[in-house]
Amino acid sequence: MLDNLKIIFHQGKQFIPNVKTVEVPGIFRGRPVISTSKIDDQALKSTCPLGAIDINPVSINLGKCNFCGECAFKFPEKIKFTKDYKLASNTPEGLIVKEGIDKPIQLDESLIRPEIRKFFSGSLKLRQVSAAGDNSCELELNASGNVQFDVGRFGIDFVASPRHADGVVITGPISKNMATALQLTYDAIPEPKIIILVGVDAISGGIFANSSALDRTFLDRYKPDLYIPGNPTHPLTFINGVLNLLGK
Amino acid sequence: MDYIVSINNNQSLPIKDIPEQAYHTFLENNIGMLKDNDNRHCVNYFGLQQESSVKLFCCIADDSIHQIYISSCVVNKGTTLNSFAKHNLNFEKFEREIHENFNIKYTDHPWFKPVRYSENRVNKAETIANYPFYSFDSEELHEVGVGPVHAGIIEPGHFRFICNGEQIMHLEIQLGYQHRGIEQLFLKKKSLLERTILAESIAGDTTVGHTTAFVNLWENLCGYQPDLGLQFTRTLALELERMAMHTADLSAMCTDIAYQLGSSVYGRLRTPIINYFQEWCGNRLAKSLIKPGTTNFPYTNDLANRLNQVFAAYEPDFIEMSTKLFKLPSALSRFERTGVVTLDEVKSIGTVGMAARMSGLNRDIRLSHPHDLYTTINHQPIIKRHGDVYSRAQIRRDEVKQSMGYIRSMIGNIPDFKKHDNPEFKPMPDTFSISLVEGWRGEICHCAITDSKGELILYKIKDSSFHNWLALAQSVRNNEISDFPICNKSFNLSYCGHDL
Repeated sequence: MLDNLKIIFHQGKQFIPNVKTVEVPGIFRGRPVISTSKIDDQALKSTCPLGAIDINPVSINLGKCNFCGECAFKFPEKIKFTKDYKLASNTPEGLIVKEGIDKPIQLDESLIRPEIRKFFSGSLKLRQVSAAGDNSCELELNASGNVQFDVGRFGIDFVASPRHADGVVITGPISKNMATALQLTYDAIPEPKIIILVGVDAISGGIFANSSALDRTFLDRYKPDLYIPGNPTHPLTFINGVLNLLGK
Repeated sequence: MDYIVSINNNQSLPIKDIPEQAYHTFLENNIGMLKDNDNRHCVNYFGLQQESSVKLFCCIADDSIHQIYISSCVVNKGTTLNSFAKHNLNFEKFEREIHENFNIKYTDHPWFKPVRYSENRVNKAETIANYPFYSFDSEELHEVGVGPVHAGIIEPGHFRFICNGEQIMHLEIQLGYQHRGIEQLFLKKKSLLERTILAESIAGDTTVGHTTAFVNLWENLCGYQPDLGLQFTRTLALELERMAMHTADLSAMCTDIAYQLGSSVYGRLRTPIINYFQEWCGNRLAKSLIKPGTTNFPYTNDLANRLNQVFAAYEPDFIEMSTKLFKLPSALSRFERTGVVTLDEVKSIGTVGMAARMSGLNRDIRLSHPHDLYTTINHQPIIKRHGDVYSRAQIRRDEVKQSMGYIRSMIGNIPDFKKHDNPEFKPMPDTFSISLVEGWRGEICHCAITDSKGELILYKIKDSSFHNWLALAQSVRNNEISDFPICNKSFNLSYCGHDL
């Protein structure tokens, strides 16, 4: 008993008091800022292994970005990754960062289905489906529930059964071999329900985008409510994205 | 003639120097090498498509002399052969993969169970959705199906139990849900950065392990010698990844025995280690840290000081929690004698890494085929004897302490990081190359073959889980089905690393 109390005492305060304002340690690569300085645009574009960079004007699509930082190393005067971890949007267009514009990524409030905030702002139970995810985003989603990030404090939890869930969180590029299971899981969730894509692989296929082993037709049939970039997605990126969707 | 060539880890060899044998010689030689010799095991066995034929390559590692024997054999696609597996079960899964991808039939293979329903398989009429699981015709026994989607944030796979009441008689594991066609993508994606990102994504929980295997192989294939700074980076990152994942696994094992304190404390102790990766390279799982021929994140004295601070805070809490857990009767009663795999069984299955060392089988690439700075570390593998959940927990606890010791001495002696000037990499033509790395789970093996122009024509990846999944199935026999989660978590095998 005394041992237990000692252990608990030695942990100190682990939880992050404010997950919206806390600063992440080190050199986190979050929202990029693109300057207006003139460089060889074509060379910049071809630097990106995932085709996330477009030109005229120069932009980075965070839904395709691997956050490897290669563009910033090659063109430091043009691209800088900031420590802003709030990267989620409810539209694919919202994930595109353009040159000369340094402002937070936001949700398009007018496109949030009214039932989402009506039903889920108090409690949101999610079913996670890893559809050929590489277990990096899965580890970070697990970390979102640990004593430090503690997403449970907002009434947001991952549950075991789709029947208990209000939505599905998809990681991975969606393999052919997982397409049926993903559909069955989604079907088993009662209405109203939401779809959240977590990580570059889920949003755009990432490095696997052109693999013939994928079947991404699920995303042709249903429109996701939230896109959360990252490779893997940082727990704070996930938590802030969902809180923004819920208006919390 | 019994002529066979051997090479070191991270060595390349012209294809023409690999002996090409008739199948019966090929079989006899490779089976003969393994007979009654625990120092040897098969690290990779695969086929290379050549028009109408298939060239088989078999790689047998000898741990005592630090060599890897390579031999090959050309057979017709769709031919029927005698199996290696009849003589040595280590080969059963390799042969199933060869059967799945090239339609080679074996007269005496124990079970042609599909490996992963890969995109390049021969028989596309069969899909993972209609796989016929092994079943009993019995009124006493019942079946329990779990997955592919599991009750947690976990990768998918299907587990089919055949039980007598609460007791598991048999567990069949079917994988392949995670198949992304990654080996094919290695051939299609031509840029080095694309291939590096692919290597990082083989298994995101083993980013450092697989990426190190890739860059070591690639540099070797291109005749590039990494300097001390790059070797330091890879070795340090491998040991940090081991610490982080072992800590996370101890947390998950506590979760599965409903020990809340251990679950929370180990869970939060992983955070400072992976946050340290972020301080070093901007990514908590070390993606983008390891690159061929260069690194964007040279190691500094400031980083070393930070790591010493992290360890100073981590160590007393880790030891305090472990002292408590490993003498807590309610925890020990769930760990001890649960999920046992005996020494004979692990030898027969051919397990690697923790899943070998748990039962007294000394298999550790850091000792047997050292690469990078492991050539300078006098590594002593942590060996346990009982092969149960408790042994697997003890290995993690002891390896965390061991890795911390290695890291502390490494960062006391940081090599100079000179500017790397992104060297031109040109793979040697008609060459075979192999790289072995001891990831936190165990042995990782990457092999590559180039054509006459130096283009990749084969990239073969083997995660340690490829060997070890069968050990999990074996471990749960005669256990209560309620002990399955703790058995599963104590192995914590990779789904995507297996499915590729």
